[in-house]
Formats: sequence, C-alpha cells, structure tokens
Amino acid sequence: MSRDRWSKRNAKGISDMQAIDLSHEDIEAYLARHQKKELLRFLTCGSVDDGKSTLIGRLLHDTKTIYEDQLAAVKRDSEKVGTTGAGEIDLALLTDGLKAEREQGITIDVAYRYFSTDRRKFIIADTPGHDQYTRNMATGASTCQLAIILIDARYGVMTQTRRHSYIVSLLGIRHVIVAINKMDLVEYSRDVFERIKDDYTGFVAKLDLHDITFIPMSALKGENVVSKSDTMPWYSGPPLLDYLETVHIAGDRNLTDLRFPVQYVIRPDLNFRGFAGTIESGVLHKGDEVMLLPSGKRSTVKSIVTYDGELEEAFAPQAVTVTLTEEVDLSRGDMLVHPGNQPHVSSDIEAMVVWMTEQPLVPGRPYTLKQTTKQVTAEVVSFRYGVDVNTIEHRPIARLGLNEVGHVRLSLTQPLACDPYRTNAATGAFILIDRLTNNTVGAGMIVETGSSRGPGDVWEAEPEVSLKPRESLIATSEREQRYDQLPVTILLIGLTGSGKSRIAYELERRLWDEGRAVMVLYGQTMRQGLNRDLGFSADDRSENLRRSAEVAKLLNDAGLITIAAFVAPHEGVRGKVKQLIGPDRVLEIFCTAPMEVLRERDQYGMYQMADEGKIAQMPGVSAVFEEPKSPDLVLQTDQVNVDECVNRIVALMKSRGFMRDR
Amino acid sequence: MSSSSRNYNLTHLKVLEAESIHIIREVAAEFERPVMLYSIGKDSAVMLRLAQRAFYPGRLPFPLLHVDTTWKFREMIEFRDRFCREQGVDLKVWTNPEGKAQNINPFDHGSKKHTDIMKTAALKQALNHYQFDAAFGGARRDEEKSRAKERVYSFRDRLHQWDPKNQRPELWNLYNSKVNKGESIRAFPLSNWTELDVWQYIHLENIPIVPLYFADVRPVVERDGTLIMVDDQRMPLRPGEEPMMKRVRFRTLGCYPLTGAIESEATTLPEIIEEMLLARNSERQGRMIDHDESGSMEQKKREGYF
Repeated sequence: MSRDRWSKRNAKGISDMQAIDLSHEDIEAYLARHQKKELLRFLTCGSVDDGKSTLIGRLLHDTKTIYEDQLAAVKRDSEKVGTTGAGEIDLALLTDGLKAEREQGITIDVAYRYFSTDRRKFIIADTPGHDQYTRNMATGASTCQLAIILIDARYGVMTQTRRHSYIVSLLGIRHVIVAINKMDLVEYSRDVFERIKDDYTGFVAKLDLHDITFIPMSALKGENVVSKSDTMPWYSGPPLLDYLETVHIAGDRNLTDLRFPVQYVIRPDLNFRGFAGTIESGVLHKGDEVMLLPSGKRSTVKSIVTYDGELEEAFAPQAVTVTLTEEVDLSRGDMLVHPGNQPHVSSDIEAMVVWMTEQPLVPGRPYTLKQTTKQVTAEVVSFRYGVDVNTIEHRPIARLGLNEVGHVRLSLTQPLACDPYRTNAATGAFILIDRLTNNTVGAGMIVETGSSRGPGDVWEAEPEVSLKPRESLIATSEREQRYDQLPVTILLIGLTGSGKSRIAYELERRLWDEGRAVMVLYGQTMRQGLNRDLGFSADDRSENLRRSAEVAKLLNDAGLITIAAFVAPHEGVRGKVKQLIGPDRVLEIFCTAPMEVLRERDQYGMYQMADEGKIAQMPGVSAVFEEPKSPDLVLQTDQVNVDECVNRIVALMKSRGFMRDR
Repeated sequence: MSSSSRNYNLTHLKVLEAESIHIIREVAAEFERPVMLYSIGKDSAVMLRLAQRAFYPGRLPFPLLHVDTTWKFREMIEFRDRFCREQGVDLKVWTNPEGKAQNINPFDHGSKKHTDIMKTAALKQALNHYQFDAAFGGARRDEEKSRAKERVYSFRDRLHQWDPKNQRPELWNLYNSKVNKGESIRAFPLSNWTELDVWQYIHLENIPIVPLYFADVRPVVERDGTLIMVDDQRMPLRPGEEPMMKRVRFRTLGCYPLTGAIESEATTLPEIIEEMLLARNSERQGRMIDHDESGSMEQKKREGYF
C-alpha cells in the first residue's frame, strides 16, 4: 500500500525534477518561473525517534531532490544499517552525513539540506534532539524563519518538545509548525491529535510564539507531508509542503529601521570612497540624510553603488556600497542609520545568552563580542537568572554551563549600536569568542540596554504618562467599619529558614478564624506570576519587593490585612517598602535564628546550592543580610514556637490599634 | 522619502548573492592574507563574479590561486589564462615541485595517490608558501553528504586539517575570524547554493565558462564504465582501446583522466540546465575520487582537501 502512495505522489511532480517537456520554450519558461522563487529557511527539531530524519528524507524524496545514485547508495545502506523492514528504503539515511555518525546511528551536528518546488527554494537546518546539543539547535535556529517541531503522536508533548519550543522562541523564530507524527501508530485518532494540540497550546502560552500550525502526519507513509492523506478526513488543513510553500514570510523582515553596518571601505582611487555593507534592516534612499554611529555626525547619501549600476534605493538584505556627500571619518564597525530612528548606543547590555562550551561563563572574565561588523571586549557583570530549558523556570545562578541559557548583564569596553533582538535580530544578536581558544563560546540576544531604565530607579521614578487617579466612592472609614479592622501590612523579614512563611500562614489562619479579612503575599508565589521576569540579583530582589509592596498597598487600600513574607535583605529597600505602603500601615517583624538552625530547616537545600555556587548572591552566604535597625518585633524562632510567634504578632497588632479584641 | 508602495521582495538568487557578498567582504575585512581558490570550474566562475561584485568599483583585494596538477584539461588552462588576463586579476599558479619531479600521474600512481600529492599536498604547500590565513573555496553543501555539515568558515589547524567534531558553532551571519598564527580558515561563500542555482546564475549573469561544459564532438575511450577524454598524448591507451569521437560534455571539471564525460546534445545554457533537471545522477558521480571508499570525501577533507 505504501508503495502505491509513493508512486502516486511521484507522478504529481512538484519539483525541479518534474517532468518537463523537452522543448526550448518549456525550459525558458521554466527558468523564468524559477528565477522568481522566494527563499524559506526552516529548522526541524525532534529526535531520530520522532521520525525527523524520515520526514526530511520524505520531503527530499517526494520533491525528487534525490538523485538515483544517492538513492542507490541509501538503498545499499538500508540493508546494512537501516531500521526499516527488508527491501524498504530507510529515508532517514538520506540525511545522515558523517561516517562516525552513521555508525552511531545518530546525527550529531547541524546539517543543511536543500530542495525546491515551483514556488520556493527551501533550506533545511537539520538539528539533533539530544540533551547535550542545545547549542546546535540554537545555531541552526539562528538563520531560520520557521521551525517544524516534531511530536511522536504516541508520546505527546515531552520534555524535549518544551526545550525545542523554548529555543525556537528564544531565537525569535516567527512561524512554528507542530508536526504530530506517527499518526499511523495511533490509528489516525483525532482525539489523540486534539489532546496533544491542547497540551501544546497550554504550555506554549508562556512563550513568545504566536503563529503556530498543527499538522497530523505520518512521515514514514508520506501522509500529509507532500500530499493530503485520506486517512485523516477530519483534518481540514493543508499538508506540510503546501503550508511551507505559502506561509507568509515577506512581513518578517524589518523594513522600518535602517541599520547599515559598515563592513569594508572601498577606495580604488582618490576620487571614490565607498562604504560597503549589507543593509541589515530598513530601506536606504539616495539623498537620505544619515547619521553616523557612534560619532553622531550627519551626512547625506550621494549614491548607492552596485556592479549593475547605481540604485535609487536599497533595502534589507541587499549588499551594496554607499557613498556620502561629505568626507567623513567612517570605518568598519560603524553604522549608518536615519537620524529620526536610532538604535540604542550603550556599553551596558542585558541579554539572553546560550552557552556553548565546557568551561562555564563566569563574571569578570573578558571575552570578544562580535555584533554586526564590530568587535569589542565584554565581561559579565552579573546574572539575573538562569532558565531551565526543560521547564522554562527561572532560577538563580552564579555561572552558565554548557548548553545552559541565562539572562546576563554585560559590560563592554566600547559602546555598541544595537536594538533589542525582538525588534531587530540583526543588530540584537552577538557571539562571544573565547580569547584564549578562539572558539565561539556563546550566542547572545540583546534584551535591553543600559540606556533604558534600570530596576533600581523605579522606586522613585515618576510615571511615564500624566495620571489622574480617581477617588473611590467608598470611604476608608466605611471599609474599616465593615471589616472591623484597620488595614496593615505585616512585613515578615528574615533569611531563608527563619520561619517567615510558616508564621505568615499560621497567622493568616488565626486572623481568618477571628473573622478578619486577611491575605498572605509570599515571595515565591509572587515570583511564579507577577514577578516571574525577575531574577535574584540585588536589583531584581529590589524590584520583586517594590511590586509586592504595590500589591500590599492595594490590598490595604481595599481594607485587607496583608501578611508579606520576604527575605528583603537590604535596609534601604525595606525603608522604601514602608514609604510606599505608608509608614504607619507597616509592622516590620524580624524573624531570626542561628545559621545552623536556618540550614537545618532549609528543606529545598538552598544553602547547600549557594555553597556549591549553584545559587548566586544568596543572602547569608554570598550576599549580605542587613539586620533591621528598628523592627517593630523580633522573633527568635529557635526559642519561640510558631504559636507563640503568632500570639505575639496578634498582640502587637492589637496594641497598635489595628484590631480590637473580639 | 518615497513611500513603501513598491514591493521589497528579493528572489532566492538575489538573497543568495547578497549572502555570498557579505561573506566575501567579511573575510577580506578580517583576515590579513586571504586568497581565492580558483578551480576554473563553474562554481569558481560564480564565486569570482560575486567577489567582483563585492568590491566594485574597486579591484579584488586578494589574489586567485590555482593548484595545477598538470593533468587538467588543456581547454581549462587556456580559459584560465585568457580569462584572468581579461579580468585583470592576480592569478597565482602552484604545482607540487616534488610531485612534478617524480612525474606523479593518475595512470601510474592511481587516482588516490595522484590526488593526495598533486592536489591536497600541493594546496597545503601553496597556502604555507604564501602564508595565506584564509582561502575561499567554491564548495556547496548540496554537493555531497559530508559537505552538508560544513560551516561557512571552516577552521583548519596548522596542518590544514578539518575536525568534524570540533567545529565552531556558527550563528546568524556572525562569523568567527579568530585564528592563531599558522592556523587558517576555509571560507565557502556558495555554501547555500545548489547546482541549479549556480547554473541559473551563470545563465542570468552571462558568466563565461569553460567550453568543456557544452557538448561537442570529442575523442573519448570507455574505461571501467566511464567515458574518459583523450586530451593529450600522455594518456596511455590500454590494449584494445581506440579513441572514439562522441558528442560529450562534462558536468564537473578536474583532471581529465579522472573526470567522466557524459554523452549529451546540450550546447546552450538552457539545454545544460534542462539536461541537469532531467538527469538522474548527481554531479559528483563523474568524479572518480569520491568512489574509492564510503565516506572518502570526508576522509579527504579531514586531511586537508578542499
């Protein structure tokens, strides 16, 4: 049966090799048609077990990109090492490259494949699905516009699916096809397909992926790959190849922001001085006023020169040579932009970095950073957080190891003209090169630059727009009357293991049972939602607390008692919290115990991880905890049990007039 | 500014052209002594044109290097000399002096030894002699399986060797040009071109190519199932072999005793392209050096062959 299907598709003829009539008119018409094709680069993610190699082999085979001698070689190999049945071609072998890999039965690097149809030329970046090869996937993804994420229909969304999707999102790929493969092994079940689709949609909501298409298929049998399969009548969408041929990619390019990094200065004689480069984004016209970065000087485009003659305008990604009306000092590494549309120019950048070598990335070590045509020296100042690529969760880190991803703050020896990667991949991307080994060790995507606001300033910053707050029609006194309490924030502070959270929740229970309106704000909970973009650096801890204080204030404004449990190691930041909420509405309670007790109680092993350097800037270990100067209450939690702590807090609240006895 | 009423789309060939020019300029800017390997074939012809585009109206800021095994087709050498003179490019020709002294040839020494000494070793000698730190090659990733994983910048150690397991990651269009003294890179600006792209580009751009690509009546013998052209008197004929006049052409060009001809009627570029589209065998099949053993190209690359 499968053999019949193949021949049916072959006869359909959709490729370079399609049956064309052997007359001259045909070949000329064919060439004219094929000279107008668009180029689409896509990535395939999945493991051999998902049928990825088979899918690629299928695309190449069914578009007749495989020559007979290559096919014959694969047929020979199929008998020796193939995993398909006797006499069948193992299409996966078409994409295996190096000898050693073939012997191991795995693909270990990024391999590029080419095929074309009447509409488009395609470049496939084939990347492996194994754990240790995050770096290869990032490499493959960096040049792609679309990604195909393979899921084995029998197993559904797996850890590697999450990992692949995260990297695809991180590298800014705009279009995703989720290929739910091996549908033949689940009886072409619509339920299975829909369940996987729902699972995937649920998980991917956390990522910056928007254009997602789901296609059920069997690469082995060629169903919904090149032509539509009648085994899945419930699927109304196009087969994979139709989608690849028609997905709208023209809008992906940034044609708004002119960025022209100077690559090479062409100076054949004294009369000509041309600045050669690739227009990375935007459109450049003859006569445009341009700004030279980093100098900030201005000039005007005199001509846009190419081998075919001068152009009136040029656009991304054309490679051209520009001459200017004035003699200016401009060389490789500089950039031309429009004066009304400038990138950030900063020597302080924040970026997501994928680390690609055994020797970890650590603060303070200098690396060569290459962005556009510029090279500078860069070093890590601090880590905001690391990302677990399997769960997409953030965690504190002190270094970045092989195949790890982290949010990093970098300091540069010279400023870069750059944009956030999301808005401009060409000026937002960089590589890091080890200065001893000369190896490419990291790939970076700029998130923001130092010229944009830092979290440290936010406490005092004025809102960016003028705001007119409105007064509630419910008076504060009305709320006090209804709840029979004065709103207050109980600020429980102290090191990890000091008992804050236990006390907070016990206190909440006690107050609730007394009929109070009360709620706990717990640091870790805040970090899962509102503050999940924050890490554990001093700045991020400060911002975590600022936002939490804003929430506490709102809750207090609503008349509720708020119990806030935070490490809050800095006296200055705690002072700001009190100012923000209102000093007379905060009770600062310091929970403390000797370090050995804290370590004993530490159920998550945070201290041990900090000792091992797995957590950076851990208060009490690798960062300071400033004891409060004048807390409202100190609870020595190694000496007083939780009940008694709660008693003391309740007594304090009453003595300060926030509640009456009931 | 005129507004964006027009469409800013580029064809795939224009995108490939821009990418190649970017690579060529990058190498020229970041290396001290680059060189462009010129094999006289169609890929070299395209690569050279792209380089001329990259530096127009200036001249090429690097020389061309041809490694001459002394067994190239005569028409290739004639074309090379005339074309380079017309184009005003700086051509350097290198032949392995020891190999030449020992009269190494594919007939007496076999294709492997000939290629090792007259091509691979000769190339390394030339690179060392001129102290080139970057060499452009016209290889494409679609040519052969082991090429599919090759980087655009392929790092080579002091012995010019390639280690497929120790390649530098290559992201975006940000190429790593850092090498220590004695080390080098091979740069492949045509990495993402296919055979069809190359022919289409030659057609569109009217790029001159060696006439051997077009069908003509030529003297050939059939040897081990391959048609070999009797290009000069040095070719020893085996007993019973009699050169026949056949209308043939070549899909790839190299040393004539190692390059198989195909029977063909294609005398124009569209006809060549048409024939290629209908062909059922890949172009490297005509190259005998690939067939020695499975994975042989990979082995050669490790040793320093292009």
